[in-house]
Amino acid sequence: MEKAHISRSQKLAGDRQIRRQTAGFGNPARANCDLPRIGVFVCHCGNNIGGVVRVPEVVEYARTLPDVAYAEDNMYSCSEEGLSSIKESIVRHKLNRVIVASCTPRTHEPLFKRACEEAGLNKYLFEFVNIREHCSWIHMHAPDEATEKAKALVRMGVAKARYLEPQEEFQSDVYPAALVIGGGVAGMTAALNLANQGFVVHLVEREAELGGLLRGVNKVFPTYEDAGEFLAPLIQQVENHPRITTYLRSEVESVEGFIGHFQVRVTNGHREAEFEVGTVIVATGAQEFKPYGYYGYPMLPNVVTPLELEEMLKKGFEFPRNVVMINCVGARIAERPYCGRFCCTAALKNAVLIKERDPRAKVYILQRDVMAYGEHIERHYRRAMELGVRFIRYSLDRPPEVVGVRQAREVKVFHQLIGKELTLPADLVVLVTPLVPQPDSEKLSRMLKVPRGSEGFFLEAHLKLRPIEFATDGIYLCGSARYPSNIIESVSQAYAASAKAATPMRQGFVQVEAITAFSDEHLCTGCGTCVLVCPFSAIELRVGENGQKSWVNATQCKGCGSCVAACPNGAMQQRGFTDRQVLSMVEALVSS
Amino acid sequence: MEKSADGFKPKILAFCCNWCSYAGADLAGVSRLQMPSDFRVIRVMCSARVSPEWVIKALAGGVDGVMVLGCHIGDCHYISGNHRAKKRFALLKEMLGYLGINPARLYVDWVSASEGARFQQIVTEFVETVKELGPHHGPEG
Ligand SMILES: Cc1cc2nc3c(=O)[nH]c(=O)nc-3n(C[C@H](O)[C@H](O)[C@H](O)COP(=O)(O)OP(=O)(O)OC[C@H]3O[C@@H](n4cnc5c(N)ncnc54)[C@H](O)[C@@H]3O)c2cc1C
Ligand code: FES
Repeated sequence: MEKAHISRSQKLAGDRQIRRQTAGFGNPARANCDLPRIGVFVCHCGNNIGGVVRVPEVVEYARTLPDVAYAEDNMYSCSEEGLSSIKESIVRHKLNRVIVASCTPRTHEPLFKRACEEAGLNKYLFEFVNIREHCSWIHMHAPDEATEKAKALVRMGVAKARYLEPQEEFQSDVYPAALVIGGGVAGMTAALNLANQGFVVHLVEREAELGGLLRGVNKVFPTYEDAGEFLAPLIQQVENHPRITTYLRSEVESVEGFIGHFQVRVTNGHREAEFEVGTVIVATGAQEFKPYGYYGYPMLPNVVTPLELEEMLKKGFEFPRNVVMINCVGARIAERPYCGRFCCTAALKNAVLIKERDPRAKVYILQRDVMAYGEHIERHYRRAMELGVRFIRYSLDRPPEVVGVRQAREVKVFHQLIGKELTLPADLVVLVTPLVPQPDSEKLSRMLKVPRGSEGFFLEAHLKLRPIEFATDGIYLCGSARYPSNIIESVSQAYAASAKAATPMRQGFVQVEAITAFSDEHLCTGCGTCVLVCPFSAIELRVGENGQKSWVNATQCKGCGSCVAACPNGAMQQRGFTDRQVLSMVEALVSS
Repeated sequence: MEKSADGFKPKILAFCCNWCSYAGADLAGVSRLQMPSDFRVIRVMCSARVSPEWVIKALAGGVDGVMVLGCHIGDCHYISGNHRAKKRFALLKEMLGYLGINPARLYVDWVSASEGARFQQIVTEFVETVKELGPHHGPEG
């Protein structure tokens, strides 16, 4: 394999250096489980909760619950003021469990956990109760019921909190190398950004050349520079970078492990390379949708796709007079409901190029909507109109019709606004299609254990808060693999993904959340059910003094809890979600 | 209490996985989708963590209905957790009959993080179903 970089340190999971974290325990008297003294902080969230739920009544109720030592309401628990009140109360009332009843744990939990730590309380002694998304916002017109529900939820939280225990987090070290899958503009940018920061990068590209889709593009908006001229310096920098190893005509065969230590195998069909990385970036891009069966494609030779048009423009042949572009072919339909995002812009770009070359050319864009968003792209739209590009809106109930036997001669379209059918002469018909996911993206999604959305593109951890990373730690995402993206977007995402990937590598370790499974040796019969159900191979059977017992590798356990539900002996438990904790919530619900 | 008598406030438990259905429930909230208040969510990391034992204990203890909501098949954050859950609860549903519990009191389904409206619909329908079944107090026919 060209430039192969064979086999790095092959550390076994067990040998991995694990440092136990002892910081954050503060006052040991509070860390060990004396009798619970629970503090309950109920948030008004301005009017968001307080406008529906009678917060003072919930506070009063909380005070009556077992082991609740203190309860108060806050206008905004997450504000500086709210947080200091929580911290002060922990100290003043000797609280050793804290409950905040406010919004969803998915956004503010780290904030409150940090406040607990700052007040000397182990952060695992914190419990979140969601009375906004799951209560006040969905029962806005039923204040009595919402108040009752908020009380019940607090009661359940208190029940669980009584059984919370302090936990230790692991630190697991992170190997300072990255795997970038896909050598398009996104992958190359990410690779360079990481390599320039001093990290080793393995860049895997399945084609014979770097560059991705842009290799087939003529000129690129918004600058109208040559795609080739844009790509060349990027490719050159990647190829000449001392810290980037490029694997061409190669695919990733397997990725095993987790953040810090992924074992990767790459093959080019003849030879294999094996190496270790700490992080992975997915930049596999997308493909053009080939509109087989739409409007005579591919039978009629003058009905082409955007990439085929780019190729024609690149070759610079004598250009036809009458060009009809049909937008949204195969997009925004039931089977493929999404918008391809930049297809309109690419069509506008080529319409402008054609008109600029020959102002007598007639260019029609048949559209269902023109997605010319933002500053630059709106400008292209205006420019196209100024140059005389004609826009005609069609609807799916009455789609255009391409007429011609051996080749397309005209396009009939029902003009919605004037309510008449028009016949447009056509020497060339362009079917403007969206990008579709790579056909093998499912394989990669399984290999990396990262999700794809319903459309088949890779799915980020959170649309707004974590848009370029997967929920699986250490795996990041950029470019059209995530969603059809133009160059500007792909490059910004590549910077973001590589900056995210650099963070744990620079730090050298990651904190492993203590929601892992653990087994009680006395109850375990060594049946191995847990080993079979674990999707991460985190459990082994080990033979010790008392025979065969299950053993959980805490750095490999992701905390799904599947083994716990499967264990026939009640030996397996999950930190933060023990049977006792959850069943106490169930009991609290029953008795509320 | 009478069967489906007016004023019957069922106690319904919804186990939601952290990554999909809980987020879907959050989205329902963010979108201000209104629904009956008779259910309480317990968050777990994955639908696979929901022990059949919890469901039995809840139903035997006086909860009127239990929902287990995970990610769509194929989307589980832990790869295959919801496959496990699906199998486990199909089996449990059969067993509930033997325990004298109407299997309709257990509802298993999938809600993605972007399906706030689906969460609303599922909850609303299940609350209706349980109201029709009436209060649950031990074995029934
Ligand atoms: C017709 C057309 C015109 C366009 N015009 C413009 C324009 O004018 N301006 C603009 O800003 N944008 C334009 N774009 C969009 C532009 O092409 C994208 O923004 C860009 O290609 C996204 O880069 P990427 O790296 O995410 O994906 P890609 O370019 O698709 O690159 C992905 C790379 O990953 C490789 N790969 C995929 N799967 C694997 C795997 N499993 N293992 C290894 N390698 C893999 C692929 O071979 C490819 O090289 C146009 C696109 C098209 C189709
Ligand atoms: S994480 Fe949602 S079902 Fe597994």
